[in-house]
Amino acid sequence: MNPTGLSPHAGVAPAIPHLAIDPFSYGFFDDPYPAHQEMREAGPVVYLDAWNVYGVARYAEVYAVFNDPLTFCSSRGVGLSDFAKEKPWRPPSLILEADPPAHTRTRAVLSKVLSPAVMKRLRDGFMAAAEAKVDELVARGSFDAIPDLAEGYPLSVFPDALGLKAEGRDHLIPYASLVFNAFGPPNELRQQAIERSAPHQAYVMEQCQRDNLAPGGFGACIHAFSDSGEITPAEAPLLVRSLLSAGLDTTVYGIGAAVYCLARFPDQWERLRADPSLARNAFEEAVRFESPVQTFFRTTTRDVELGGVTIPEGEKILMFLGAANRDPRRWEQPDSYDITRKVSGHVGFGSGIHMCVGQLVARLEGEAVLTALARKVGSITMSGEPKRRYNNTLRGLESLPVTFTPA
Amino acid sequence: MTTITFIHADNRSQTVEAEDGASIMLAALTHGVDGIVAECGGNAVCATCHVYVEEAWTTKLDPVTDDEDALLDGTAAERLPNSRLSCQIKVQPALAGLVVRIPDRQS
Repeated sequence: MNPTGLSPHAGVAPAIPHLAIDPFSYGFFDDPYPAHQEMREAGPVVYLDAWNVYGVARYAEVYAVFNDPLTFCSSRGVGLSDFAKEKPWRPPSLILEADPPAHTRTRAVLSKVLSPAVMKRLRDGFMAAAEAKVDELVARGSFDAIPDLAEGYPLSVFPDALGLKAEGRDHLIPYASLVFNAFGPPNELRQQAIERSAPHQAYVMEQCQRDNLAPGGFGACIHAFSDSGEITPAEAPLLVRSLLSAGLDTTVYGIGAAVYCLARFPDQWERLRADPSLARNAFEEAVRFESPVQTFFRTTTRDVELGGVTIPEGEKILMFLGAANRDPRRWEQPDSYDITRKVSGHVGFGSGIHMCVGQLVARLEGEAVLTALARKVGSITMSGEPKRRYNNTLRGLESLPVTFTPA
Repeated sequence: MTTITFIHADNRSQTVEAEDGASIMLAALTHGVDGIVAECGGNAVCATCHVYVEEAWTTKLDPVTDDEDALLDGTAAERLPNSRLSCQIKVQPALAGLVVRIPDRQS
């Protein structure tokens, strides 16, 4: 790593600001916003001495890194660990941790499995399940919106859509939490998650096998592409694993973010009640506002100029999605949750060739829950202190006690 | 700059001077044309920037790729022979005067 901050090429190059911020510390997780601002204001590219990585926190540079996947590669890992130097903790993902041309083929398969046309077929079932869940919660009145709604709803639709067996589903959230902690540095969160990973990994690898996936589900659809030759039979289980890793916990955090926003900003809740057709955009804006996926790394494949400075080959760059989504250079009143905002272009689902392949499932779930809330709930009030859940990559709550009154 | 006209589902029309090289989708967002949602931001994932291209123009556009074709099967409003995703149409001088209709819904 080259922490000198000086370009090897130019006589007079702007220095890269070195910052002492640790974006994987509990203090940062509790309130990342002052640090986000410090990084954005320090320069287009910063250097984080805590982990010897470059960082980008402004929208323009985050967007640029996402959209140049040959220079800023994923195949050396999208966490801190550099797969060129360190053995990955699990066999690398064939889509997330791959570059073109290998990525192009696997991405095409998952794009077809999770396409807009597939969502149309799922839509009525997902909407009905959300109505049933919200009916149940309105009847209860007071409950914890994280386990009972943010986890409860996706668990009621996603594992079935995937075609998973009923037994063992309690491994799903711990496995996903492990995957997202493992993108972080070797801190307490990552080490503990990996130490406890064996039973969750064993469950997941078993469920990825063709015989364990119900016909008609996403998992069986992926395996069917090995019959027609788009992927090999050995690749199919690893692509199913991608849905198990990234398809559930992310939507838990997304729905949790949306409910937390609506509970905190009653004016926006009233707008949603008055016009439930805003549900889909209200979810999207919550993804921008809270950015449930906060960060991803890339690795440079060559010396590259970015934001007026040169970054050498083989360096890790940390992209701050949450900071880009609140960059005042890109967004008006970035710290306001506004359910009518034109939110297209936010990087909460990433951008470019690696942009979340399951984003349509996430939006369908978010829209279903928020539509049901808008129709059936009169008021949402917080009935206790929210508690944060700590993860190296994901931002969200452990607990959100709320009370719903009927509409 | 190239002149592009959007016609809304209620027949209101909006004409914008679009920047060459950008997509029709981006031109709509930049100029405040409602009805082009573009949830995925132009990454060809979502099919929420659906437009109907006026018949006279359909043959002047680059043909639909396999990826766009698959996405068009999932549009919220009915897919017609002149359906396109506006993120996949690049603004260029040859398209001066292009007219596209916006469907009544995108999701």
